[in-house]
Formats: sequence, structure tokens, C-alpha cells
Amino acid sequence: MSETVFGGILAFEFMRNAILAALLSSIACGIIGTFVVVKRIGFISGGIAHTAFGGIGLGYYLGVNPLLGIIPFSLAAALGIGILGKKLKVSEDTAIGTFWAAGMSLGVILIGLTPGYAPDLFSYLFGNILTVPTGDLVMIMLLDLLIVGVVLLFNREFLAISFDEEYAEVSGLKSTALYLLLLALIALTVVVMVRVVGIVMVIALLSVPAAIARNFSRSIPSMMGVATVLSFLFSLAGLALSYIFDLASGATIILVAATAFFMVQGWRFLSVWRQGR
Amino acid sequence: MSEPVIVCDRLAVRLGGVQVLNGLTLSVFQGDFLGIVGPNGGGKTTLLRVILGLQRPTQGSVRVFGGEPGSQPKRTGYVPQRLFFDRDFPLSVGGLVLMGRLSRRRLFRPYGDRDRHAVDEALRTVGLQDLRDRQVGALSGGELQRALIARALAGEPELLLLDEPTASIDPAMKSSVYDLLETLRGSMTIVMVSHDTGIITKHVTRITCLNCTLDMHEEGSSLRRTPIGDIYDYPVDAILHNRPKSEGSES
Repeated sequence: MSETVFGGILAFEFMRNAILAALLSSIACGIIGTFVVVKRIGFISGGIAHTAFGGIGLGYYLGVNPLLGIIPFSLAAALGIGILGKKLKVSEDTAIGTFWAAGMSLGVILIGLTPGYAPDLFSYLFGNILTVPTGDLVMIMLLDLLIVGVVLLFNREFLAISFDEEYAEVSGLKSTALYLLLLALIALTVVVMVRVVGIVMVIALLSVPAAIARNFSRSIPSMMGVATVLSFLFSLAGLALSYIFDLASGATIILVAATAFFMVQGWRFLSVWRQGR
Repeated sequence: MSEPVIVCDRLAVRLGGVQVLNGLTLSVFQGDFLGIVGPNGGGKTTLLRVILGLQRPTQGSVRVFGGEPGSQPKRTGYVPQRLFFDRDFPLSVGGLVLMGRLSRRRLFRPYGDRDRHAVDEALRTVGLQDLRDRQVGALSGGELQRALIARALAGEPELLLLDEPTASIDPAMKSSVYDLLETLRGSMTIVMVSHDTGIITKHVTRITCLNCTLDMHEEGSSLRRTPIGDIYDYPVDAILHNRPKSEGSES
């Protein structure tokens, strides 16, 4: 009797953390994902996320929380790719590819140098929303607050550089600095989302909810709101399906999002086709 | 005597090993409406970019409002030639025009009544007040061009720079853009790059032909007697300046 009650509380406890993690990561990915989609910087975001694997390796090597290791690596990748592209006119493709592979290589080497087995490595790569520790939740919440605060302060500037960078520059905005700030926010969003979907699949949750939201939004703030709600729904649906069918949670969430994406595209195709008849 | 708004002195720009502008000396005075014509690749857009501070000159100097180009964004409005953007970018015409207030906005301060008033005013001036809530991606070419002019006007500039504002629109829309510029004439200094060698002369106070170097034509002189035939390799309409000088262009 007491054992089942205890089990129920435990279930409630990890479920509560999972739902909270889904909500917090959805806020960050709805807001930042909107800029990722309208500014078409999805692959920079992918590069930043994969470079972060070096940070996970560093965390294991130093014996600290890998989430803490991710922060400097993803920030360095964001600023590195941004500066190489904007200041030194290196093709962004090249910069992304180099950071992406170098970050992952560092991670592999650091994990190899760490004595013993690297526990939970899989969950950092592919996410595991069912095992988010409360300490990580606090960190995710603080990063969320930081991201929301910076976007509130700079939303008009971010809109300006996303829509028409040259005009932003002519208006006296420091467009390169703002762009680097936006990339830095993407880096922090990666940290927020690692626990939910893992670094490999961050790119999907950054782009899919916002891309769907764009079909139903007439302004950037409404796109952010719709994207946040969609991301939360995908995460909850993925969480439920993974729990019921005992599937990997991060991958299930991504597949739910991708299914919704293809359904929306199918619906758009049908409505275009109907109009054409 | 009015202040020179733009002073270019022996300006030269090389881009990727190509001499785009060479030995260009030019003064634009307060209240001028300067038309810049010339063939493609003649450096017209580059000259505007230099004046905006987006492009550094290789040689020579440029002063705008007595300072470095680009140092006074509040006083400068810019209408780009074309705007490449996603047609499904979620932005209304009102939101686009509000961006013209960025140059006047202080960081961390939200837009206020003053900004919204300027947007209303600019939309009325270009005749788009009824399309305020329309998505930018749903505008026609002429409407988009007028919206871009409204964005520049919303910043209440003293200097308006336009890069071929009529390049991508039909003749009826062209004359409506010119009528619009006519109403602005005198209230601000205007520099316009254009291909419309015929129509432009009815409106401007001065016209220059730019093909790497510069030919300046004051009102009353005909371009036919000048080497414009050398500059364009196709027939050019007779260009005659016969407007009375506006007061601002006295120098």
C-alpha cells in the first residue's frame, strides 16, 4: 500500500519536473526560434548546438554539471561563427562546419580522457525529459528569464536586423553587435533545451514550432506566442507517447513536431491545389 | 547662403579592383532636389552608400551635415532600390513604417505617441493610411515602394536619399511617386538616383550624370549639348532644365 503511494508521488515528482522542463524550454524556443526562422539562421543554430558537445565533454572531464560546460562552448561558437562571418567575411557555411566538427571532436577527446564510463551521455545527445534534476530546472529557469529579458529590451532592434539589416545600420543601430547578441541568446537557448531534446535535435525544436506559427501569425510577437504554445504541446504529446509506449522521449517529441510540420505543409499544398482548380 | 548638406571632395571608390567612382566632387545644399542619372554600374548606388556611411571611400572625403557619413542617422532617410525579404515575414505596413522611427528611438524606451503620430503622418503622405494593417508581403510593387518611402519619412529626415524608387513599378505608379516627391520638394533635401532621364528633369532642381566621374548640369542647361551621349550607349530623351530655381538651391 505505502509502496504504491510512494510510487505515485515519485511518478508525480518526475512528471512535474518533466512538464516544467517542457514549459520552460518552450518559452525559450518559441521566442528565439521565431528569430531563427525569420532570419533564416537555423544552421547556425545547429552549429552552435553541436559545438556544445565539447562543453559536455569538458563537464565530464572536470567532474562538473555538463550543462555548465555547455554555456562557454555554445557562447564561443555563437560569437566565433558570427565574428568570422561578419568581420572576416568567412563564408558562414565554412565557419559553421568547422565549429560543429571541432566542438564535437573536443567532446569526444575529453570524454575519452575522463576515467571510467560517462553516465547519461546519451541523454545529453538525445535528451531525456523524464530525468531532469531539480537543480537543472532552476538553471533553465534563470536562463529563460535572461533570454526573455534581453528580448524584451531589444525586440525592436532584433526585428529590424531580421527584416532589413542594411536599414537597421542606416538607422544608427550596431547591427553586427545586435546579431552577435542574438546568436548568444541562441547559445543560451541550446543550454535550456539540451535536457529536453538533446544537442543533436535542438535544431528541430528551434525551427519547427516557429515555422508552423508563421502560417498563423501577423506579427513577430504573435508568432512567438503561437510557437511557444506549439512547442509546449509537441513536448507534452511527445512526453505522453514516450511514457505510454516506452520510447526515447527526445526523439518522440521531435517526431511529433515533424509530423505536425508535414501535416501543415500538406494542408497548405491542398489549399493551394484547391485554389488552382 | 544655405549650408551644404553633402560635400564630396575628389571622392574615389574601388570595389573588388574596379574603379566605381573617381574624382567625384559634389556639393548638395539644403533644399536641393538633386537627380542622379547614369548607366547601370555607373556608381550611383555606391555614391548613395558612401553618403549613408555604408561604404568607405578609397580616396577623398565626404562630409554629411558637416560630419562623418552615417554619424547623424536621425537627420537622414533612405529608400532602398529593392527590398529582398520573405513574403511571409509577419509584419504589417504600420510595423514597417514604425521602423523608420528607430533612428530617433532611445534604447530601452518603447515607441510612444510621438512615434505613432509620425507613422500616421507618413502613411497619409504616401496615401497608404488604409493599408496600415495589411501584411507587407501582400503589397504590390508600387505600394511597397510607397511604404518604403513612408518608412524613411517617419523618421522626419532633413535629407532623403532615394535609390531608383520607380525602377520596379508601372508608369501610372511612377508618376504618383513623382507627385509625392513634388510635395516633399523644398521641405527637405532630396537626392534621387533614377533611370527616368525624361520625367526626372521636370521635378529636380539639379541633375548630374554619373558614370564613374560626374557631369553636373544646373537648371537651364541642356544635356544634349553635353557628353551624355557618351555616357549612355542608347538614345537619351532631351533633358532640359526649365524650372524656376527653388530658394534652397541658391548657393
